[in-house]
Amino acid sequence: MNFDKELDARGLNCPLPILRAKKALAELTSGQVLRIIATDPGSVKDFQAFAKQTGNELLSSAENNKEFEFFIKRK
Amino acid sequence: MGATPDIAVVDDLIRQRLDEILPGKIEEKLKEIQENKTPSMAIIATKGTLDWAYPPFILASTAAALGWDVTIFFTFYGLNLVKKDVSDLKVSPLGNPGMPMKMPFGPDWFKSINWNIPNVVQAGIPGFETVATSLMQQTIKNNGVASISELRELSQEAGVKFVVCQMTVELFGFNHEDFVEGMDYVGAASFLPVAQTADVTLFI
Repeated sequence: MNFDKELDARGLNCPLPILRAKKALAELTSGQVLRIIATDPGSVKDFQAFAKQTGNELLSSAENNKEFEFFIKRK
Repeated sequence: MGATPDIAVVDDLIRQRLDEILPGKIEEKLKEIQENKTPSMAIIATKGTLDWAYPPFILASTAAALGWDVTIFFTFYGLNLVKKDVSDLKVSPLGNPGMPMKMPFGPDWFKSINWNIPNVVQAGIPGFETVATSLMQQTIKNNGVASISELRELSQEAGVKFVVCQMTVELFGFNHEDFVEGMDYVGAASFLPVAQTADVTLFI
């Protein structure tokens, strides 16, 4: 998937992946896509909730090899 | 000209129709109001130890990231959380049976041991709290958990409002210069109206 910015949240724990993602999204313009890599298993549910609350669209959420990859499109 | 309809019949028809339409309309309107409202949270932070410093700042910074309006009212020992330097926050395992006492270093079998040190022993060892605090700080670091000063900074940056209880500032002999910038010093009468309209209120 194409993306405009990447956030490496590996090794970070709650709530840092969300806080960093919020900051990274603020630097994008509407319609641009942020890719996030995280290792916190809680981040799967958290990014779903974050997307629902903020209106930014969670395009995909996947796990590979204990790492979680998210693509979020800025509202 | 037709006969004038019986007023009672008209009333009845109107009532019937309203019963049909109103519930749906009200639900629609309430949903619209709910969706357009910015959620808000008011937290009272009363604890001044390293462990209890986390909940207010984690919840406040996360809520702000979700777009909520957040206010934290710092009072009593919670004042320690807004001092310029928070590196001296301590945690005490004494009288705290809920706290696991595990080592943040060594091989896995060693790290998994929960050291059940009796209170009477803990109380008798000088510097026990200091050691426990530095072990917890190491555990926090190992787990990629943010430091208190980082979470606090992120909260303020994200627009979380900090208000401080002026009465306890005086009671404990603090000065405004001891605390971080950008806070209001107020009393209970200023906080309560904020809490009244907040969707979430927490006492921590």
